[in-house]
Amino acid sequence: MPDAVRDRGVASTAALVPAGVLHLLGPKLRTMRNRMRSRSRGSAVRAVVLLVLALSFGGGAFVGLRRVLWHFRTADLDLGPVLAGKLLGMVLLSFLAILLLSNVVAALSTCFLAKDLDLIVGSPHDWKRLYAAKLVETLAHSSWMVALLCVPLFAAYGDVYDGGLWFAPFAVAILLPYFIIPAVVGLAVTLLLVNIAPARRARDILAFVLVLAVGALVLLVRLARPERLIRPEGFTDFMDFVEALSAPSAPWLPSEWAQQALMGWLRWNDQPMSIVALWAMAIAFVVGGALLHRWLYLRGFSRAQEGMRREARSFATTRVPLLLRWLPPLRRELVLKEFRVFARDASQWSQLILLGVLVVVYVFNVKLLPIKDDDGVGWFLRNMVPFFNLALGGFILASIAARFVLPTVSLEGRTWWLLRSSPMDPRELLWAKYWTGAIPLLVLALILAAATNALLGVEPFVFYVSVMTITMLALALPALALCVGTFFPHFESESAAQIPTSFGGLLFMLAAIVLVGVVIVLEARPVFAWLRHQAFGRPLDVPEVVMGFAVAGAVCVAATLLPLMAATRRLRALER
Amino acid sequence: MIRLDCVTKRYGNFTAVRELSLHVPAGEVFGFLGPNGAGKTTTLRMLAGILRPTSGSIHIGGMDLLANGTEARRILGFIPDRPFVYEKLTGWEYLRFVAGLYGLWKGEDATLENRAMELLGLFDLDDWRHELVESYSHGMRQKLIVAAAFLHRPRVMVVDEPMVGLDPKSARILKDLFREYARRGNTILVSTHTLAVAESMCDRVGIVQAGTMRACGTMDELRTDAVTAGDGLEEIFLRLTGERPSRELAEVLDA
Repeated sequence: MPDAVRDRGVASTAALVPAGVLHLLGPKLRTMRNRMRSRSRGSAVRAVVLLVLALSFGGGAFVGLRRVLWHFRTADLDLGPVLAGKLLGMVLLSFLAILLLSNVVAALSTCFLAKDLDLIVGSPHDWKRLYAAKLVETLAHSSWMVALLCVPLFAAYGDVYDGGLWFAPFAVAILLPYFIIPAVVGLAVTLLLVNIAPARRARDILAFVLVLAVGALVLLVRLARPERLIRPEGFTDFMDFVEALSAPSAPWLPSEWAQQALMGWLRWNDQPMSIVALWAMAIAFVVGGALLHRWLYLRGFSRAQEGMRREARSFATTRVPLLLRWLPPLRRELVLKEFRVFARDASQWSQLILLGVLVVVYVFNVKLLPIKDDDGVGWFLRNMVPFFNLALGGFILASIAARFVLPTVSLEGRTWWLLRSSPMDPRELLWAKYWTGAIPLLVLALILAAATNALLGVEPFVFYVSVMTITMLALALPALALCVGTFFPHFESESAAQIPTSFGGLLFMLAAIVLVGVVIVLEARPVFAWLRHQAFGRPLDVPEVVMGFAVAGAVCVAATLLPLMAATRRLRALER
Repeated sequence: MIRLDCVTKRYGNFTAVRELSLHVPAGEVFGFLGPNGAGKTTTLRMLAGILRPTSGSIHIGGMDLLANGTEARRILGFIPDRPFVYEKLTGWEYLRFVAGLYGLWKGEDATLENRAMELLGLFDLDDWRHELVESYSHGMRQKLIVAAAFLHRPRVMVVDEPMVGLDPKSARILKDLFREYARRGNTILVSTHTLAVAESMCDRVGIVQAGTMRACGTMDELRTDAVTAGDGLEEIFLRLTGERPSRELAEVLDA
């Protein structure tokens, strides 16, 4: 190398200054900006649909919460603010749990699995700036949705308790340390975990633990029956109600300090110690987290790069192939592949635990329905409500299909070269994906329908109608999910969990709700006619009853076959 | 064995491949070279049936790939440049899955299992066959998809950058495998940037630039095309595709 070139190289290296926090975050910010600027086909429609959905949800949450808070405020001048504070504390505690969990997951990606880390860690970086950049990135990734949910929440509190214009900046000043604390904890937990187990294994362990924690949280909140706080008359006596209110709060958690500070502002009763405690904890945590990062990050990052032999001898390898021997070879291998890929991905199957929790909550809700009386109206309601309850069951099935069936085509993106260059007809692939999604969904649907109908003690006619309807929906919804997943694929997505919240996911949920609604509306008239006939002896128009069910059945069959045919055509023409 | 007639591929306004025609007879190893973004991978993905040409026709073993795609794919093997495979399958399960795609795995089949074991053994993967692919290195994944591509004994092999990530021993094995495979009457079309490999392995070489065939022929024919005598493939390639003067490189380094 010529001397001039070598000298210039040395001089420029000596002048290097480690990149600042904003510089480290630059690629992410620019990626976001470029994504927002890019005008792809239908992007305006997507933006409008998302905006309408977000505004509807936010508006709905604001109106509902405002009604509850007004109820508190007008019902009792002394007890009202206590109840409002209690409710805020419960919401903030739930948010804190969600933030903790999502920060741990986000930290694993941002600090150890992100693709740009080789470049950043390999550069002459400054550890403090890297920590700050990763903290900001993790916080933004995991907290934006909770921050959005806080908008209608605090708007309702500010409106009902006359918080004034300065309530908004005050709330932001309280929320900032409230968001920082779980982000620091999330980074620290991930750091410790990765130093114990390699990142890929850590992700599996985390997925399992997180889902277990979320499931337990949902179950605890639901089984505590928080709706009773809104209806004090539901308690046997006043002392019982007061006891429920004075249930142990969390005096050492930031959610409690944030609640005290916010309610203090709204009740003209400042709580400076809560604000100081919140900020002092946030600052102390950031300093502690930074020191931990300095001590453990590079060691953990190195461990995360290490490969690990993972042998797979399990039920998926040995027993399942025997169970599927009756299938033709290609279909058997496709189904086996689907099963193995699902069963070995902890982030996928661990969500089944959440699903179990959802089902328990659903059945619990049905059990609590106050329609057990056996008088004429009670009998009528008991047999009519479960029929409309199908809507909720259909919604649960749609959510499950969105989570597990919708992403399956997208997840083939990276291996599409293999499937497409082989002589396999894409119809076979869809067949395997459809049945591996539809059968578990059908089993779940039948359990749901049977359990809820048994709990309510419905008439055999209603039992059969609801079982038939849920069966047809359980067969139609995965077909619809596959179709939408094929038309709106996310081939570059590394995680199946991101796909249900995409535009395609929303579109599927809308289509599913429309389908469930149409089927129930079509069946409502014949069911209502039959119940009137049974309860009040009104004449029954048999052709009308038959026609109602026949049209509903035809809609379900069409909603199964047409999407599958469209998806097959689309998949055959798919290029990537 | 491979025939492309006036094949064009457009992505919107951008033409990746422009009226490309090529014939590779049976028993030949054909090298497909070109600078980055020349349209090599697009051509290879069209040959593998993954992309559809905007116009023109592709025949594999005399079968029209568009009209008779399933049958054409049966005799075709494809090795992509990036070894994406199912991370949650073991190497053995992956081979079994590929065999199923080609209708080979119809139950317990000792012959097929032996062949799979031999292919894995050839690339030192037999000890790893029950490990999840997620624990394989890049090179091991590459070797796994090479092994899988040979499983159904394709008569035509389309290969994109086969040597990337392979250790010297595996690269040598693969080179010898390709040569021996072609000697038995099969056809290989291979895209590579490793010019030394192309020079020693290929019977003929095509140099593509901006989606069109810049030159095509044996090494001697290319030398004539590039108006050079006695130069290696690197010099011919640079001359045909436009070389950057060394003086300009020094200026960049000095800047």
